[in-house]
Amino acid sequence: MRPATSAGAVVTAPLRWLARATDVPLSAWQRLTGQRGMIALFLLPNMAIFGIFVLVPLVINLLYSTTGGTEFFLSDRPQVGADHYARLLDCGNYLDPNSCRDDMFWIAVSNTARFVFFQVAVMTLAALITALILNRALPGKGFWRAVFFFPVLLSPVVVGLIWKWILQRQGLANLFMVELGLEPVNWLTDRLWAFVAAVGVSVWAHMGFYTLILLAGLQAIPRDLYEAAEMDGTRPFRVFWRITLPLLMPNLLVVIVLSLIRAVQIFDEAYVLTGGGPGTSTMFMTQYIYEVGFANLLRNPGLAAAASILMACVLIVLTLLQLYLSRRSGAK
Amino acid sequence: MNRARMLATASVLALLGAGAQAGEVRMMWYSDGIEGEVMQDLLNRFMEENPDINVTLDNVAYQVIMEQLPIQLASGEGPDIARVTNLKEQAEHWLDLTDYVEDPEYWRTNFGDQFDWMRPDDSDIIPGFMTQLTLTGGFANATLFEQAGVAMPGEGATWEEWVEAATQVQESQQTAGAFSIDRSGHRITGPMISYGANLVGEDGKPAPLDDAAKAFITQLVQWTDEGKNLRDVWVSAAGTTYIPGADEFINANIPLYYSGSWQIANLSTKIGDAFDWVAIGSPCGDAGCTGLPGGAALVGIKYTQNPEDVGKVMDFLAREDIVKEFSERTLFLPAHKGVVEAGGLNFQTEDPSAKAALEAFVGFTGTIMPEANAMPAWRYANAVYGGMVNRISQAMAGEMAVEDIFARIDSDIAEQVAAADQTK
Amino acid sequence: MIRFLTRRRGATGDGHGWHWTDIATWVWLIGGTILMFGPAVWLVLSSFKTPAGLAEFPPTILPYAQETTMLGDQAKPLFEVTLEDGITVTMAELRRVGIVAQMVPPDQPDAEPLKININDRTPVRQMDFATENYTQPFLQFDFVLFLRNSVYVTVMATIITLLTNSMAAFALSKYEFRGRNAVMLLIVATLMVPLSVILVPLYSVVSAVGLINNLWGVILPTVATPTGVFLLRQYMLTIPDELLEAARMDHASEWQIYWRIVLPLAAPALAVLAIFSVVWRWNDFLWPLVVLSRRELYTLQIGLNSYAGELNVQWHFILAMTVVAMIPVVLVFVFLQRFITAGIAGTGLK
Repeated sequence: MRPATSAGAVVTAPLRWLARATDVPLSAWQRLTGQRGMIALFLLPNMAIFGIFVLVPLVINLLYSTTGGTEFFLSDRPQVGADHYARLLDCGNYLDPNSCRDDMFWIAVSNTARFVFFQVAVMTLAALITALILNRALPGKGFWRAVFFFPVLLSPVVVGLIWKWILQRQGLANLFMVELGLEPVNWLTDRLWAFVAAVGVSVWAHMGFYTLILLAGLQAIPRDLYEAAEMDGTRPFRVFWRITLPLLMPNLLVVIVLSLIRAVQIFDEAYVLTGGGPGTSTMFMTQYIYEVGFANLLRNPGLAAAASILMACVLIVLTLLQLYLSRRSGAK
Repeated sequence: MNRARMLATASVLALLGAGAQAGEVRMMWYSDGIEGEVMQDLLNRFMEENPDINVTLDNVAYQVIMEQLPIQLASGEGPDIARVTNLKEQAEHWLDLTDYVEDPEYWRTNFGDQFDWMRPDDSDIIPGFMTQLTLTGGFANATLFEQAGVAMPGEGATWEEWVEAATQVQESQQTAGAFSIDRSGHRITGPMISYGANLVGEDGKPAPLDDAAKAFITQLVQWTDEGKNLRDVWVSAAGTTYIPGADEFINANIPLYYSGSWQIANLSTKIGDAFDWVAIGSPCGDAGCTGLPGGAALVGIKYTQNPEDVGKVMDFLAREDIVKEFSERTLFLPAHKGVVEAGGLNFQTEDPSAKAALEAFVGFTGTIMPEANAMPAWRYANAVYGGMVNRISQAMAGEMAVEDIFARIDSDIAEQVAAADQTK
Repeated sequence: MIRFLTRRRGATGDGHGWHWTDIATWVWLIGGTILMFGPAVWLVLSSFKTPAGLAEFPPTILPYAQETTMLGDQAKPLFEVTLEDGITVTMAELRRVGIVAQMVPPDQPDAEPLKININDRTPVRQMDFATENYTQPFLQFDFVLFLRNSVYVTVMATIITLLTNSMAAFALSKYEFRGRNAVMLLIVATLMVPLSVILVPLYSVVSAVGLINNLWGVILPTVATPTGVFLLRQYMLTIPDELLEAARMDHASEWQIYWRIVLPLAAPALAVLAIFSVVWRWNDFLWPLVVLSRRELYTLQIGLNSYAGELNVQWHFILAMTVVAMIPVVLVFVFLQRFITAGIAGTGLK
């Protein structure tokens, strides 16, 4: 933690100067309004920006979802009530997208659900294995950490592009397959492989971040617990199940829930990589919203807003789940 | 506190003042190739001639033109001049240049044929001019045909004949496919009209797909299933995303490629001397052999503060010699009647294939059917294009049977049109 | 396995030789390195390819160009030609008509040209870096200007993010007040509203405030990050309240407590947020694209994207500029990566 503090000093140096300059008026403010005034003052800048640029647009979006037409501004848009919601939710059988009036929406919903399940599972497992390995005594520790964290720095568009070039029909991956004497694979135009590719690339891009969270948890586990277990001759797998996993649980939960929220919003990488194809097999929620609201030449922003509100509901449920679980597991 | 207030006021004033100054003209421009450089060069010359006007060229991604410019226009903002492709739907925002150009008659004579593509129905304004005309059409890899010993079908050959010939080449040369059409509704509309399809209903709204339209779509899906139409291009995306098949043609993976005149410069740089290629125009159907015209236009924006200056810039760029130079340097087909009629365009390319293809495309304009010529001026064309692409690629990917997509295409388009027609 | 879970002293440090877990570890690490770095390295190499090289299937790993030789005053391409008797020789192509190429040995330009079927020859190629992918954009594209805008946006946004988020996090972690939980819930609930979802409403707000085509229109909407507040608050909760009480005894004002005690102690978490903020703002694409349409305001990501047209994308320029735009992020990462781990370890995400 020491070096981090000194780096922090560099980062905060201009802020300190600012703080000193503002000391006098703010102390006066505290004398005038007491602690409550100070709390308000601390919260004000962030909440003001947050209110204007996050909350207001969210409310406008809600109003949007009840209006129709192609115009962009609320004042130009006719009221249509709950028409958009009715259209989205109009289904003969919710398990069969083909029976729905807006089948694309339901295809996107079911694709997203499948994606979230596999992506979170694979990524958590990969991040856990990597964290366990990085937690060992290794020469060049910092380097290995950097290796796995590196893709987090790339912009999603770049990630999608790189992998598109690697996986396309005559791309680098198939070049290697042929060199190894294997049959080339239609990575991006076969329904199953394209889905696998979307999951894999997204794991590739985000795994590093979650690995570090798990690594932090592993390093916080007291070593004497392991030593005691070794003296008792406990079998290794038992040690993992009885000591490592339970103590890592809070971090694991954070990883699962954060990656869940991220996965629901998957867009850029997948859009660049597969464009949602083949057919519609990798078209996810955010792409549906983007296509309906923006990309289609006869755009329908109201319908897109309604779909996004439904999606936001899912996200809020997931977030509340996170709060509930993290509270139950004892984290503050 | 007072100083802060003054600073705040000053910056607000600065913001407001940042709007328009006399003599300032901003042009929003996107590029597929070198045309941005050429335009900058022409504008520099304009500014030398008119030192009191300063034109700034904002090179943007095409995405900005499609997604951001509409929002700006809706809020009554935007650049002074823009290069756009969504001509008809946004026509209400274009500036009427009639009062600001020196000689409106010159404009009507030379660019008048395309004015209806970019002005509201039943209006007679001068909104701008086409920076280039495009026409869809095919390209064939002559070298592959020669290697296979297959003769290229001649003029008037049908789609079936061309695909048949290309399939023979595919079998003999072991190419990945026989042909490819760009993944775009615009690209398949020409062939559909050649088959005799009528997409416009009597009320001017999209008509349900007729038998001719269904016949071409069914045929195309079948060709895809048989491995003749290269599957990758169409199934590599969902929704309305445009995907060109050019790279497949460039790598000699397909002997036949249906795209359009705008590909010529691209093909020329990337193919180089690797093989000989020729422009073949549009194969025929029962009703004709039409390609679909289109292109991008340079238009003035109604919300400009300096319409006189905009008029001067537009006048300069529309000058016969300037249009000629622009077309020759960018390898675009000009839309200027005088330039076309005078002929003698000296396209600046060393590549004989490219030169021949450009000249061939000028000739193909004669085969455009009136139904195809009407498409760019039809408000719902884009909705129809988008609706078809999405579902056809589902059929190609095996998600839906081809008979089932027709009902979905019709209902998708109808829903979109109904939603778009809701107004306050 | 116990060793696997606990050992921190080096794979062969305790004299037991190689355990299977050691092998698994190294396989994972080396495989991981190839998988993680490989694609990025290839991206860099590809950025030196010509447009034709980029369009080539199957792709090459390194950028190549065909070798040429000067015959008279013209450069002619060189090929390996297999002659009828099975001998392979290097020849220069004079011209090609259909499937027949007329070729001569490079040292005898005046010899009678041989007619060779084009299937009997392969181009002679050598590595060649198309540096014009880099130099040309630098000439026509206001690189320095775009860089300045990017740096301005990134630095300003990061400073404001750190300041406002830490103030809010301080209030939310160290004071009891009515509505605290409501504020927290609000922040967390919007933790992950995707930008693409509120793009149009956000645009109308920014336009109403008059910040369209203004760098502050890019900066302000991004600075109140819920993630930042959440991260910092979790960390500040671990700072003991006694420290604050002691300072109050010494008549320190709340403001002084904030900047003299809490901020320095929260430095590791601030460093993490700073790094992420720099990476996020630097890579921001969709939002600046919507707000900025004047070239003097472009950030690098927007500038490089002006090579994406309607019907063609000039990938060679986009790739080269992507690599250039990546450099600062990689540098930040190389210099600060140890703080990332230390910071995340300490941010109370445990």
